[in-house]
Formats: sequence, C-alpha cells, structure tokens
Amino acid sequence: MRTLEQTTQEVLDLAATHFQLPAGSLAPGDDFFKKLGIDSLQTLEMLSRLENHFGIELPDYEVQGVSDFKTLAERIQSRL
Amino acid sequence: MLDLSKYQSIGEALKDALDQFANEVCLIEADREREKERLTYGEFKARAHPLTKALQDAGFVAGDRASIIMTNQPKWLISAYAVFFGGGTLVPLDYKLTPDEQWQLVKHSGASVLITEYPIWRQLSASAARAAAIKLQTVLVTESPPNADLAGARRWEEFRGEGEPVFVPRARKDTACIVYSSGTGGRPKGCMMTHENYLEQCVALTSIYPFWPGVRYLSILPTNHAIDFMVGFFGPFTCGAAVVHLRTLRPEYVREAFPKYKITYVSLVPLVLKNLQKGLQARFDELPATKRRIFDALVAINKALTKGRPRPGISRRLLKQVHEAFGGELRTIIVGGAFTEPQTLQFFYDLGIPVANGYGLTEAGTAITVNDLKPFRADTVGKPLPGMEVRILNPAPDGVGEVSVRSKTIMSGYLNEPELTAETIVDGWLMTGDLGRFDETGHLRLAGRKKNMIVTEEGKNIYPEDIEAVFESLPVKEFCVFAANYIWPKRSMVGEQLVLVLRLEQGRQLTDQLRQDINARNNRLLNYKRIHGVVLLDEDFPRTASLKIKRNALAERLAQLDNATAVLPL
Repeated sequence: MRTLEQTTQEVLDLAATHFQLPAGSLAPGDDFFKKLGIDSLQTLEMLSRLENHFGIELPDYEVQGVSDFKTLAERIQSRL
Repeated sequence: MLDLSKYQSIGEALKDALDQFANEVCLIEADREREKERLTYGEFKARAHPLTKALQDAGFVAGDRASIIMTNQPKWLISAYAVFFGGGTLVPLDYKLTPDEQWQLVKHSGASVLITEYPIWRQLSASAARAAAIKLQTVLVTESPPNADLAGARRWEEFRGEGEPVFVPRARKDTACIVYSSGTGGRPKGCMMTHENYLEQCVALTSIYPFWPGVRYLSILPTNHAIDFMVGFFGPFTCGAAVVHLRTLRPEYVREAFPKYKITYVSLVPLVLKNLQKGLQARFDELPATKRRIFDALVAINKALTKGRPRPGISRRLLKQVHEAFGGELRTIIVGGAFTEPQTLQFFYDLGIPVANGYGLTEAGTAITVNDLKPFRADTVGKPLPGMEVRILNPAPDGVGEVSVRSKTIMSGYLNEPELTAETIVDGWLMTGDLGRFDETGHLRLAGRKKNMIVTEEGKNIYPEDIEAVFESLPVKEFCVFAANYIWPKRSMVGEQLVLVLRLEQGRQLTDQLRQDINARNNRLLNYKRIHGVVLLDEDFPRTASLKIKRNALAERLAQLDNATAVLPL
C-alpha cells in the first residue's frame, strides 16, 4: 500500500510527464490550472491517465472543485 | 411532436408526451463503458408519479418551489417532471457551485424541497450556510450508500407515495422555473421563467432543429443551464426523442458515446468544441502525404456541394471516416453558452457537420438568434428565431448598438428584484447589455458588451461584483474588480478577462508579498472566476454619498489609462 507521500509524488511525476515538464518542477501545493496552464478538459484527460496508473476509478464528483495536486492525491489515496 | 399551442404548462405537455410516446425510449444512462439504464416514456412515468405522490403527501402544493442540484442523469429529469406534475416551480442550480453558493441560492429562491445527489449532499450538509435556508423542509438524496449518515435528508429512491398523484394545472403566465443567471456573490439574479416562455421557445427551436422518436440527444451541458433544459429535456420529450446521459464526462467516454448510441444532436460549449477541433486537426495532420491530399480534396468537394445548405447524405459518403467517428448519424452540434469563433464553426461545417451557433441569454428564454444554415454563416450568430423581435438601440454610425429583444420567451422578471427588473425590461423590451448590429441579410453580428461582465469559453457568466468578496481585507486602500472589455471595449466576444483595480495605501508599492496575497486569494476562486491582472490607480475611487464605489465613473476614469500598459500580470 502506498503512503500519501508516495501517491502525491507519483501524481506529480505523471502530471509532469503528461504535460512534458521537467521532473521535479511541480509541487504538491501547485494549482494545476495555473501551473500547467490547462483548462478543465485537459484536467479530465490527466485524470484518466491517473486512473490507469493507479488502477482506480475516480468519479467526476470526487474531483469537482479540486485544483491542487495535494488534494487530488488525497482523493486518489482514499480509493486505493 | 405535440402541438404545444394547446398546452398551458410544461407539466401538462410532458404528461401527454409520456402517454403518447409510452413505448419509445426516452432515457439512456451510461457510466464509462457500462450502460446503466434505459427507460421508456412509460417507465419514466412509473418512476415519477410515486415521487409526486410522496411530495404531495408531504404537503407540496401549487407554486411551491423545489430545487435540484444534480449532475446530468435520469433522476434529474424524473424529479423535474414530478415537480411540474404537482404544480411546483423548479429551481435548477449549478452542481459546480460551492456549497455556500448553493445554499445562498436555495435560500434566495425560497425552496421548500431540495433534491440532490449523495456526494453533493455530503458537502452541502457539512456547510454552515445550511442554517440560512429556513424554508427548506424536505431534502431528497439519490444514490446514498446503505449506511450513510443522511444528516436529516431522505433517500430519493425510498420517497414514494402510494396511489396516483393529483395533476395540478398551471397557467401559461405562472412561473415554471427560477433560473439563476448570476449573482452568487452579492445580488442573486433569479430569472422567473414562465410556462409560456418554455412552450414558445420549444416551438421556435424545434421548427429549425426538429426532434422525433428515434433521435438521440447527448446531454453534456449541465441540465440546470437553459440550453440543456430545453434541448436535453423539454424539447426531445415533447417529440418522443431520447436523451443520453453520461455519468463520466471524460473526453474518451464522450467520444465513445457518439458511435455507441448513434447520437443525432449534442450541445457543447465553445471550449469543448475547440478541443474537439484540435483533436481532429491533429489526426488530419498525421495523415501520410498522399492520404492527406485525397482528404483535402474531399473536404474541398464537400465545401462546394454544401455551400448553400447542409447535405448530410453526401457529406457522410464523402468523409465517411470522420462521420463514422461521430456515429454516422450526427446531424448538428449545437453550441452555446458563450461566443464561438467563426473559424471553429467553419472547420466543422467544411467536414459536413453543421454547428448550430446562436445567441441568447437566460433572461430571453435561451436563444434569441440561431444560425438556420440557409446558408451557413460562420461570421454571424444567425437570424432571430420565429417570434423574436430584435432591435438595435442607439446605433453608432457603423450600426452597432445595444441588442434588445421582445418576445413571449422573455422572463417575467428577477425574483424579489423589481428595480433590477424595471432596468432590464423596458416597455416589454429586454435590454441584453450586449452590443451588435444586423448585416444586410438580417444576420446578427455581436460586437462586445455594454455590461460589466464576462462569459468564459466554458459558458460561465461571471460578474465582477460576485468575486470581490475574496479580496476583502486585502492590505490596500481600495479595490474593485472589472471586466477589462468593459473599461477598454474591443468589440470582441473572445478572450474576455477580469482585472483587479487597486488604490494602494499612500507610499506603498505592489510588492511581491502583496502579489502573493492576491494570488493566494485568487486561487480560492474557481478557476474560471479568477482575475488575470492588476491595474493600479493612484487616486481615490469615486464614491456615492453612501460611500459605494461609483463603478461607471471609475470605469470612465480607468478608460483613460493605456490598456496595453495598465494591466500588470499577476
């Protein structure tokens, strides 16, 4: 079982890869809309990547209103 | 289609539709690749009537208000029908608002019933703002886990009355829905939409974009929004068509839904449409050179053949693969909620997929103008719908002035706001606050806004007053939020942004610390509500005798600044 820290790191790594950013350039508290310059649709695409990676299903309501990696990682952690 | 001229209310029309089309499929619900449910109109009625009966048993009577805060799904429509059948007024709210905002609007609407989903209720029930909704008596929650703490709510699935409910007739001029067009921050704007508004709008829209049994509409825009309520519920239901709901709106599942359910119509906001365009363009660009040349030639032939009007049969044969990706039966993409760039519209039309763009606002009963495709005109928002009188007030020499509208689809007014209503509807004409002009063929061209607000590409209306609270107690002398286009009109409907205007304390600078503070507060807002820059003004803001900021006077003062250098990035 992953710890929350591990999950958070994996979320950051995956987001960086998905949006072609240098590894380590994202932090847990970053707002992904601002930091990645993405819109809500691109966020949904990122979520699908995360679901595949963690082997979980994240219902849309779980990520409603979430805009930072830390909270996103917490939502993922609760479903692992 | 039902002859809607015979009906007095939404409930009466839907009641007949459920009987007339009893054996037709009305709803399909899918979650990811799984189809969860498929209901006929007859089954829909069997689900809705016990709910109305239970509401009536609990004291729900004509004119009582019931709010729905749900994602797009069959229980939304079943609940709405149950409310209309019982003579109630529906208050559809945006499930994407924060719990505090939702409670504020529930309170403002005076709703006695709230129907919501468990994940939303979990957040709503934890909010302290709940105490404000003093008129609320009954909360129904769908899809609650077996042992969930419902915090005083009842399970929607178990809220069923015995026996037949009593149909409660309503008059055409009675309020059918209270739809909030804005105002979650300060002054809620609850548009009181009458039964007549919907009946008339439905007749006008379906005269151009018809539904019939067998048509499948993919419902993606939130159903609380005027567009989806009309073309994803009332319109198809009065014609015996089917509505498809997806519980997961990830792009890959939306894409799969088109061929899987043979979608006929879909409504999208410009942002999603542009994203679709980007995806398609990338695929075209990946084609090997020879294939690309053939493809471009086919697109050119299609363009020539559809110049005067859409010819779906021909387009589907010429550009088979593109159309098959959309299921092969897509007739039109309806785009609304915000302005769509002409090149995006043209892109799809050239592929043989007409995009029905138009112009409207909640206060006008959804659409005012729609592109009738005779011929397709990407550079305009179309012609006025049947029954719509549209005129341009105080036109400038180039013909641009404020768009005003008169029709049976105009709201009766804003709830509890007689003054605001009187300012907005003058002698029966709705002042839209949008600027535009008619061209020589009678098509409307929009040219910016007269009002201080923006509409995002996601179709969200943002009023600066509504987001100012987040900047309260900022260590500055004064602040005010504006739509940049309101200060520096650029006669454009795209790329609209909000700016924060600051009057710093004497001798203070815009330090990194202050920037961080502004950014931190800005990030508390939902992403589409955030400001994009700061404007510094080195003088006191003009104020009224009661010390309220004179926004118009301040905007006039700011307009003297150079737009290019005045807005500082955050």
